Amino acid sequence: MNGRRTFLRGFLSVLLSGGAIGGILRILPSRADAREAPPKGKKWYGFGVSVDKCIGCARCMDACKNENNVPKEPFFVRTWVERYITRKNGQTTVKAIAPGDEATPETVSDKTILRSFFVPKLCNQCASPACVQVCPVGATFQTEDGVVLVNEKTCIGCRYCIQACPYGARYLHPKTHTADKCTFCYHRISKGQLPACVEVCPTQARIFGDLNAAASPMSRFLRMNKIHTLKPGLNTEPKVFYANLDGEVR
Amino acid sequence: MNPETMHSLQELLPQIQGYIYPNEIEIHWGLLIVVYPYITGVVAGAFILASLVKVFNVKEVQPLYRLSLLTALAYLLVAPMALVSHLGHAERFYEILLTPQTSSAMAMFGFVYAWYLMAVLLLEIWFVHRTDMIDMAERNTGATRLLYRALSLFSKDKGERAVAFDHKALKVITIVGIPSAFLLHGYVGFIFGSIKANPWWSSVLIPIVFLFSAIVSGIALVVLLYLIITPLTGGKINMKCVDKAVDFLFYAVIVDFSLEMVDFIHRVYQSEEEIKILSEMVMNKLFASLIIVQVLLGMLVPLLLISLTKIFKKRFSLNEDMRKMVYFISVILIQFGIFATRWNVVIGGQMFSKSFRGLTTYKMEFGGIEGLFYAILLLALPIIILAVLLKILPPWKELREEGEAGAEAAGI
Ligand code: SF4
Ligand code: SF4
Repeated sequence: MNGRRTFLRGFLSVLLSGGAIGGILRILPSRADAREAPPKGKKWYGFGVSVDKCIGCARCMDACKNENNVPKEPFFVRTWVERYITRKNGQTTVKAIAPGDEATPETVSDKTILRSFFVPKLCNQCASPACVQVCPVGATFQTEDGVVLVNEKTCIGCRYCIQACPYGARYLHPKTHTADKCTFCYHRISKGQLPACVEVCPTQARIFGDLNAAASPMSRFLRMNKIHTLKPGLNTEPKVFYANLDGEVR
Repeated sequence: MNPETMHSLQELLPQIQGYIYPNEIEIHWGLLIVVYPYITGVVAGAFILASLVKVFNVKEVQPLYRLSLLTALAYLLVAPMALVSHLGHAERFYEILLTPQTSSAMAMFGFVYAWYLMAVLLLEIWFVHRTDMIDMAERNTGATRLLYRALSLFSKDKGERAVAFDHKALKVITIVGIPSAFLLHGYVGFIFGSIKANPWWSSVLIPIVFLFSAIVSGIALVVLLYLIITPLTGGKINMKCVDKAVDFLFYAVIVDFSLEMVDFIHRVYQSEEEIKILSEMVMNKLFASLIIVQVLLGMLVPLLLISLTKIFKKRFSLNEDMRKMVYFISVILIQFGIFATRWNVVIGGQMFSKSFRGLTTYKMEFGGIEGLFYAILLLALPIIILAVLLKILPPWKELREEGEAGAEAAGI
C-alpha cells in the first residue's frame, strides 16, 4: 500500500513539473501578434534598399561610423555592405566590403562569374523584434514610431539580444559595454533629417521614410518595386525592405 | 578601448571560414556561460537524487541524502556568480530583479533562483538538520553554540510532535522540490531553446535534454564525492548504496543519450537550410568536444563500463574494489562529458554564422573574467563551500549508515 502511494506521489510530481515547464512557455508572451498594417495616424519608420543601385562604395559605412561613434575597428558595425559573387557552377561567395577596398575590376574579365552584386545591411528595425522580446531589463525597446533602440544607461550587457537577433545587427560596444546597433539615426530623423547613410549614398540605393506617408520616396519605392525582406520565415517582420533581392542573400 | 580585445579579435580574422556577419566575430557567451548551466545542472541533479530517498522511497541511497542536499546548495550559491560576472555591467544586475521584462526568459532567472533557493533547498536542509542543530547547540558552548542556535532559528522543540512535523514538512517540500528542480534546469535550457534565430539552440527538446543531462551530472557528482569523501573521513563505502545510485545514473545516461540521438536524427533527416553549416561545424570545430568527449567518453564508454558490471555480475559482485574502480572512472568520465555537453551547446551555438555561410573560432583566454582561471575558480568554489557546509552540518552518521537498516534506525 505504502509503495503504491509513494509511487503515485512521485508520478504526480513528475506530471506537475511538466506542467511547470509548460507554464513558463505560456507565461512568456510570444509577441507573435503580427502588425499587418502600420498603425494609422502615427509615424512608422521604414527603410528601403535598392539592391541594383548599390555600387559598393562603402560611404554609408564610413558615414555611419562617424555619425554614431561606432568604433573604427571592422568588428563593430551598425551597417555594412556584402558583396555576392555567384559563379556558373552555382557556388556563391560572400564578403563584407571594407571602406577603402578597391573596387574589384576582375569581375568583368572573370568568365566563371555568373552574377555579382552588393547588398547593404543594417538593423531591420523589426516590427516584432526578437531582441526586444529577450532583453531581461527592457533596455532594448521599440519606440512609438517603430524604431528599436537601446538605452545604454540601463543595459546590463548580458548580450542576450545579440544572440537573439537573426541578422547579426548588434554588437557589444567595447567602450560602454552595452549593446549597440543601428538607430535609423534617431537623433537625426526626429529633427526631420535623413539617416546619415541615406544622405551620403551617391546612387540613392538607400531610402528612408515614414511608411504611413501617402506620397514620399519611401512609399514610391514600395509601390514601384517587387519587395522582399530578410529571413521572413522568422516572423520578425523587418521594416527594411529590399528591391530586387537575390535568393542567395540571407 | 581595450587594445588586448582588439588584438585577439584581429588574431581571429584569419581563422574565419567562409563568410560571417562582421559583428559575429566576437563570441559573446564564453566560458562563464558554459560553467553556468553546468553548475545549475549539478544542483538539479543532486536534488533529484535526494528526492529518490524522500519521494520514491529508494532506501538504499539514504546515505547520499544529506550529501546531495548540501552539494546542491553549495553549487546553487555559485550559480549566479557565473552569470553576474559575465555581464558588461555587473553593477546593474539588480535591474533584472527590480525591473524585469516579463517577456524575457532571462529575466525570470531571479525568481526561479530565489524560489528554488528559499522555498525548496534552504527549507529542506533546515528541516532535515533542525534537531541536529539543536543537539549541536546543546553540546557546544560560546560562539559555536550561538551559531547553531541562530542556524536553527532558535527553535528548541525536540518533542515527538515537532519531529513528526519536520517529517511531514520534508515530504511536502520534496514534492514541491522535484518540479522546482525540473523548472530550474529546464528553464536554463529554455534560455537557449527559445532563440529562434539560432538553429543549433532552437529546439523544443533542449530543455528536456538539459534536464536529463542535469540528472546525470548531479548523480554522478554526488557518487564521486561519496567515493572520495567516505574513505577520507575514515568511513566504509556502502556498496549497496553506490550500486543503486549508479543504477539510476545508468538509466539516466541512457535516456539522455537517446534524447540527444533523437535530436540528432531529427535534424539530419529534416535537413533544413542550416544543416550544411552545422555539420561542417561538428566535423571541424566540435569534433573533439562533441564526438570524442561528449558522446564517446562521456556517454558510450561509461555506459559500456557500467553494463560490464551488470553483465558479469557474478565476477564483479565478488570483487568490490574492481566495481568501485569502474564506477569511479565512469562518474569522472561522465562529469567531463557533461561539461563538454554544455560547452558544445553554448560555444557551438555561436561558432557558426547566422548567415549559415561560415564559421568563427573561440579562443579561450587564461586570465581575466572570461578566462580559464576564473572559470576553474568558479568550479572549485562549490567544493570549498561544500567543505564548509559539511563541517557545519556533518552528514557522517548518515554517510556511514549501512543502507536500509540504518535508514530505518534513523527514523527517516
Ligand atoms: S534586426 Fe535584429 S537588432 Fe534589429 S530590430 Fe530586428 S532583431 Fe532587433
Ligand atoms: S545586452 Fe543590454 S540591451 Fe541587450 S538584452 Fe542584455 S540588457 Fe538588454
